[in-house]
This record gives sequence, C-alpha cells and structure tokens, in this order.
Amino acid sequence: MTLADRIFLPLRLAWRQLRAEKARLASAIAGVMFACVLVFMQLGFRAALFDSATSLISAMRAEVFLIHPLTMASFRPEPLPRARAGQVLALPEVMQATPVYLAQSTWRSPEDGSRRTIQLIGFDVEAGAMAFTGLEHVAAALKQPDSAAFDLRSRPEFGPVQPMLEALGGRPLPVQVGNRRLDVVGTVEIGPSFGADGNLVLNETNFHRLVPERPFSNTDLVAIRLQPGSDIAAVQAQLRALLPQDVAVLTHPELVAWERRYWETATPIGFIFGFGSLMGLIVGMVIVYQILFSDIANHLREYATLKAIGYGNGYLSRSVLSSAFILALLGFIPGAVASALLYDVIGQATFLPLGMTLDRGLTVFGLIFGMCAAAGLLAMRKLRDADPADMF
Amino acid sequence: MHPVTLEGVTYSYGSGELRRAVLRDVSLTVAEGEIVLLTGPSGSGKTTLLTLIGALRAMQQGSARVLGRELQGASEAARVALRRRIGFIFQAHNLLGFLSARQNVAMALETEAKLPERQRLAEADRMLAAVGLAEHLHKAPGQLSGGQRQRVAVARALVASPGLVLADEPTAALDKASGQEVVRQLRDLARSRGVAILLVTHDPRILDIADRVVSMEDGRIVSANRPAEGPAA
Repeated sequence: MTLADRIFLPLRLAWRQLRAEKARLASAIAGVMFACVLVFMQLGFRAALFDSATSLISAMRAEVFLIHPLTMASFRPEPLPRARAGQVLALPEVMQATPVYLAQSTWRSPEDGSRRTIQLIGFDVEAGAMAFTGLEHVAAALKQPDSAAFDLRSRPEFGPVQPMLEALGGRPLPVQVGNRRLDVVGTVEIGPSFGADGNLVLNETNFHRLVPERPFSNTDLVAIRLQPGSDIAAVQAQLRALLPQDVAVLTHPELVAWERRYWETATPIGFIFGFGSLMGLIVGMVIVYQILFSDIANHLREYATLKAIGYGNGYLSRSVLSSAFILALLGFIPGAVASALLYDVIGQATFLPLGMTLDRGLTVFGLIFGMCAAAGLLAMRKLRDADPADMF
Repeated sequence: MHPVTLEGVTYSYGSGELRRAVLRDVSLTVAEGEIVLLTGPSGSGKTTLLTLIGALRAMQQGSARVLGRELQGASEAARVALRRRIGFIFQAHNLLGFLSARQNVAMALETEAKLPERQRLAEADRMLAAVGLAEHLHKAPGQLSGGQRQRVAVARALVASPGLVLADEPTAALDKASGQEVVRQLRDLARSRGVAILLVTHDPRILDIADRVVSMEDGRIVSANRPAEGPAA
C-alpha cells in the first residue's frame, strides 16, 4: 500500500461511515462548532483586552519611552521627574521628547448628569507625539484654556457628545470634569480599555488646570522621537547609561509588552480567558470523544470483521483519527463563521476591538485539530475490544 | 503442500483451576480444492479450531501450517498478513452497513498493495456478477435480502483469490432455498479456483457439497468420512 493509500483509504472509510449517519454527524459537527465558538470568544476577549489596554500606547508616535520603573500599567502610573525629558535632548539622535500626563477624573454626562470615571491624557498637542485619529483637526483649538477633545469611541454612557457637538454647529460643548467646567472642542478616536471606559485629550496646560494636585515637575511618561534612521537599540543603551535609575527606558514594542504583562500576570483576567479557552477545548474533546467512542462501539462487529479479513490496527486507527480530523474541519468552518459574526455583534455592543484575525483563526484551527486528535486517540483504545476471533 | 496441516493442536481457555481444554491433540489435513465440513455438538471445539486455522488467535500447543505459514509462534503482523490470503464467511454476513455491495467486496482488495482503485472495483463487480448480484452492485446491505447479503459475503471471501475459505454456519440465517443457493455458488466458485474450504455447519441440507465430513466431540476429531452421498459433483 502506498503512503497516499495509507492516508486516503482510511480517510475515505471514515468519511463514508460518518456520512451514513447524518443525525450523528450533525450533532458531532455541532459539538465541535460549539467548542470552536467558545475558544474563539475566549481568545477574542483576551486579545481585545490586551489590544484595548495598549491602544493608547500603540497610538503614540515615538520610538523610545521613559516610565517610572514601578509603573505597572498606564492607567495607574508612577510619576517620574519631568526634567528627564530635557536630559534626553542631550543626545543628537533625539529629535523631540514629549512628557505625557495620565490621570483619571469624573465626567458628568452632558445629557443626564450621570457620573463616570474618564481617563485624562495631557501632552503638548502640537508636538506630534500622538497619532490619535482626528487630533490634527482639534490641536489648535485644544490650546484654548479649559478645552478638551472627547474620545469618540468612549462608551455611550458618557453621553451623545458627537451629536450634541454637531447640534452646536461648531461651538464648543460645555461639560463638567471633576470640579471644573471644560469646553469639548472636538473629537478624537482612541477606544476604551479595561482600565478606562472613555478618554479625554487635553493640552498639558489644561491638564494641570484640571488636576492641580499633580506637580508640573512630574510627568507619567516621556515619548521620545528620534531622528530618522537612528539606531533605536543604540539610543536606548545610551539613554540607560545617561539617565539615573529612576526611569526605565523602553522601546515602543517593549512598552506595549510591559502594559500587556500587567494584564496577563498582575490581574486574573488573562488567566480567566485562558482557562475559559481550556474549558472550551475540554468540553469539545469530551463531545468528540463520546461521538467517536460510541461510533466505534456501535460498529465493533464491522471493525472486528475488517481485522479478520486482514486489516491491521494501524489502518483502523488511522480511520478513527481521520474521523476526528473530518469532524475538526467540518466543525471549524461554521464555528469560525459564527465567531466572526459574534465578534461583530459583541464588538459593536462593547466597543472592544474584537475581530477575526488570520493568526487567531490558525491558532484555533490548530487547537480544534489537536482537541479532535486527542479525542480520537482516546477513542482508539476501544478498537482493542474488536476481536476478530469473536466473529466465529 | 496442503493448504492446512494441523499436528497435535491443543488449546485451552482460562487459567489455573479454571483452565478448560477445548481442543485436544487435533491433527487434520485439508487438501487443495477440498471441501471439508466440520460438524459436532456445541462446545466440541469446531469454532476454536476455525479461529486458529484462520490466524484469528495465537496458537498454544501443536503445529498449524496454513497456506505454507507456520502459525506456532507467529507474530501478530504475520497473522494479519496471512488472514489477507484467507477468505472468511461468517454466520451473520458482517457486511459494512454504510458501504454498497461492491464497496464491501472491494474492501477485501484494499489491503492489496498493487491493485489500483478501478481494478479493485472491476474485480468486485466481476465477483458480484458471479454470485448473481450484477444488478445490485450499488445497493447497501440494508437493501438486500438475507440470501443476497450472504452472497455478497461469499463474493467478499473469494474476490482476493484466497487459497483457503473458512466459513462458519453460512446458511444458519437463511431459508432452505437461499442456503442451498449460497453453498452451491460457494462450491462452484471454489472448485473452479481450486480453493480449499473448511466449513463449520450443523445444517444437514448442505452435507452433500462436502468431500469429507469431520466430526468433533470434546475437542477431538472422532471421525472423518466422506458423506454417504459422496462428494458433490
């Protein structure tokens, strides 16, 4: 028997056997699909958590960052001396260093007066250190005293800011943040995170007016832009040598990883979604195992007959594994489609960046494939009960 | 060389005090093209003998040379390989319900390395035509009568041109006419191909097809005679 026959013939036998019992096949596909959707959802939520948690950092247009070494996440920063932003300018490769101020305050909805916590982001809005969509249109207006730009992708509980702005025909929308009255002069797009449901962008002077208890001499993060063509790793090393130990010098990917690590390790959220994925896989494996096991048990005489007429255990095992792989494929396809639709619906409801990605699709396919293979390997043990001698 | 040569075959089930011998010092030879009927009361050891000759069980004591292969001490792989050269017909047809008649018969050829798919199906079709089922190639076993299913089983047993066919009560579940038709076809095809047949039966209606009738009791062969009517023509 050729290698192709060794694979194809058991696969064909498996397909014929599965196809013969359509109700059983449908329930097996539904089981795999269920596991598939469960895993897609868990991994999707997990990725959305990390993507949303790092959306602010990802939108920063800088190559190197300074943060306090004890800062665990951007929504809860430890202050570092603002003077470090001036010190880094000593390196000729450094083009610009922008201090960024982060704080949380209370937003009162302009519609019904309800209060919600909002993330404040203060920086020199004309420095070009942030790539928030829409920022360039409101940067000049943000220089006005007590003005702010509202994050259009904040949760709807913050109020219908955009329609209210449009209704005002270009005039600012007065709102209350903390104990101060601010004018919302426009909108930007950042997106909510697990740490903040909404964002408000301010020029650094307005930030300090709003949060006067924060000394001007301290900042939360410094975004450093380098001259084009600079060696980022070399500049990072130079900055580490230049600056005291009260700052950590990170590249952009390192800062994103720093933020992710907090959510992955310092909170139970990463573990919960990982555990949820595992549960989905286990439930799926049990379903596929039961289907395959009962299939073998119901066809034990046929398997024993095949053994009697000269089929080895290898051929029959490959047939059972083929059944598992067929179920994996047939369950994955509708599972992936259903998950993509659910991502869309849930993404719109939660404003989380949920979406199907090729990477995740391949990961889940691999997991479902592995799950079915494990179920097949477990079910294969039942083949031992097929004794050809019992046929006489 | 005879297709089957047994010498001093002894076989027991269980162990210790529960050990029970079902075959005691059995010696038997089946010649090429010979049709041997194995009879005897339940528990006489016929079926165990059939499973040992069919390489479905490992030998314990004695020697069994089947189609030139010594089964004493043979590995599992060697026994599987030998089974591909033996045709099996079971009391229940044991066809795969999710396959058509021709697919069932072709399954007996899938273990053959050299035969391409088209040839396997052509052989299956030819064999099914030989047992009178040319019109039923694509029917599933569930769409066939009991006699037709057993004829498919005969076709499956013979399609790979085995040197030996082992059959266990092939007519037990059939009415008289169907039973006679099945054994008649089995006999004719076996004779034309020079295949030895060892057939366990309690059915007196088919004694006339045998060249020899071997009777067993308590694990021993007690007689081996030509049937009164003589071998079938």
